[in-house]
Amino acid sequence: MGLLVTLPLLLSLAFSLTLFAVRRRRTASHVLAIIGASALLASAIALLFVVAREGLQVVALGKWPAPYGIVLVADLFSAAMVLVCALVSWATIVYATAWIDPERERTGFYPLVFALLLGVNGAFLTGDLFNLYVWFEVMLMASFVLLVLGAERGQVEGGIKYVSLNLLASAFFLSATGILYGISGTLNFADLSRVLSGTDPRILDLVAVLFGIAFGIKAGVFPLFFWLPASYHTPPVPVSALFAGLLTKVGVYALVRVFTLLFVHNPGWTHTLLLGCAALTMLTGVFGALAQHDVRRILSFHIVSQIGYMIFGLALLTPLGLASSVFYLIHHIVVKTNLFLIGGLIERAFGTGSLDRLGGIFRERAWLGLLFLIPAFSLAGIPPLSGFTAKLLVIRAGLATHSYLATAIAVVVGLFTLLSMLKIWNEAFWKAPPEGGHADTASVQYNARLVLPTIVLAAVTLYLGIAGEMLLGLSMKAAEQLLDPAGYRAAVLGTVNPVAIAGG
Amino acid sequence: MEFLFAIMIGTLYGCSLYLLLRRSIVKLAIGLILLGNGANLLIFSAGGLVRGRPPLVPEDATSVPVPYADPLPQALILTAIVISFGVLVFAVALIYRTYRALATDDLDDLTATDRLGEVPEAAHQPVVPVGVSAPNPQDGR
Repeated sequence: MGLLVTLPLLLSLAFSLTLFAVRRRRTASHVLAIIGASALLASAIALLFVVAREGLQVVALGKWPAPYGIVLVADLFSAAMVLVCALVSWATIVYATAWIDPERERTGFYPLVFALLLGVNGAFLTGDLFNLYVWFEVMLMASFVLLVLGAERGQVEGGIKYVSLNLLASAFFLSATGILYGISGTLNFADLSRVLSGTDPRILDLVAVLFGIAFGIKAGVFPLFFWLPASYHTPPVPVSALFAGLLTKVGVYALVRVFTLLFVHNPGWTHTLLLGCAALTMLTGVFGALAQHDVRRILSFHIVSQIGYMIFGLALLTPLGLASSVFYLIHHIVVKTNLFLIGGLIERAFGTGSLDRLGGIFRERAWLGLLFLIPAFSLAGIPPLSGFTAKLLVIRAGLATHSYLATAIAVVVGLFTLLSMLKIWNEAFWKAPPEGGHADTASVQYNARLVLPTIVLAAVTLYLGIAGEMLLGLSMKAAEQLLDPAGYRAAVLGTVNPVAIAGG
Repeated sequence: MEFLFAIMIGTLYGCSLYLLLRRSIVKLAIGLILLGNGANLLIFSAGGLVRGRPPLVPEDATSVPVPYADPLPQALILTAIVISFGVLVFAVALIYRTYRALATDDLDDLTATDRLGEVPEAAHQPVVPVGVSAPNPQDGR
């Protein structure tokens, strides 16, 4: 069973290298990239099944037992994240094969995407703090290059902002790791959670805040989110969609991991701070979106706003709160990636994503409008879509812990999200086409590989909404595991299951 | 010794934050370099500084006599140095590209991606006609 935990990493690495070797051959690249994404998806499904049936999966790399070597740990939360990440990357890669220009493909678009997935999966699966830093860097390096690949003016400018703030976050992460090692003498998550319960809570408060800043920058939490709307709309659409779906969520994942496993010594301070940040994140994100007039920029600000909901659930530190965070994360990754991909369809046919120059799309392509409405309504939280269940969970969790102000903000932000989605709907789909109309847009034919991924993701959104029971059960179980550090420790430190895998 | 290290690390952090707050892109890069070095030294000294006590088990003993110099922080720093070196090379190349594209070294002039309203057409023009010769992300490790 150990192989299953390492498989997402091995597959990403293998396909990254293979695709680099064939990067000059277009068709081979396309076929291999889609095969790789499908294989990743299959391995992720298998991993989730095994974790759901048999509990936590632990692999000690190189047979070094837990506190000394690096372990990979798959609990329900990380397995679910690996799966949803594999799903959206599959959709994005299929979409990208019909979108990305040959120049970018030759310079190594697909190898970079798989290197990014390697970093993302590694971050989800690792059970070691410094190893998490390394995976973050793998992911960041790949994302840096993907972001500026093609070197358009907007891209290098957005790149400067993205790179410098993320390097700052990495430095904070590194400093915090160093201090934590100084206090505890270990870097293994399970071992840390054992040792930290006996240390001076004042130093822990400091380290917790340092980690909060480091992961907060990566997650795009208020007041650390400025790099996100400045850079996410600059690269090609598939890159935007992949970043929107995955990168900030890795930051959220890391926040959830450290603030459930390591820093639970003083929730009155750390988690109240998180709650305040969550409320302000929701508000600033949604108001920022209202001011924008470009589809992808509006969506970028909504990423920030939605991150707030996930942190909100974490800040409550109750089973229901964490379940709502897990549910929200999964729902959001699917919906947000899909919205970016559909925004790309609009840009492809009408040559712009600017609302001022769009209009009348519904008359020309009604199906595109319907396709847009599913994720847009889901983002705003309209039943019966997945966003409704997610928001309902967050609000119920907030009311149960009497955080009325933050809950009220969550409700109001939901309304503003709807307003923002309706703005895109009115401006792009409903209003009369602008002066001069769209020249020969009717002749633009979509490749099936552009449309299929958006339909698949929309179907998943519908399914998660109508049959939300399954995901809800999964989220509740994942939350139970997250709130049971003793179980995590027992799985990692107690019964280590060494598998001979070189390196690590 | 730890006291001197603490002073030095503090100075490095202070200088780097000062440089990060300047408007020049080059100073931003130098600030990031100093910050990385400060963080590495922090890891080094947080593990405890021990002189002349290598972590070797003597012939007649079964465990390392305490105190011994902890080798792990050094391994961590080595990894961190390699990573930050790779990332910085990329950052410097990016800064050069940005300078070529925008002919400015002032961060306050980088407003095109933040401005409200339409994305200027120029934003989609390549800086140079050929694509980026992308560094391999595996190099960063």
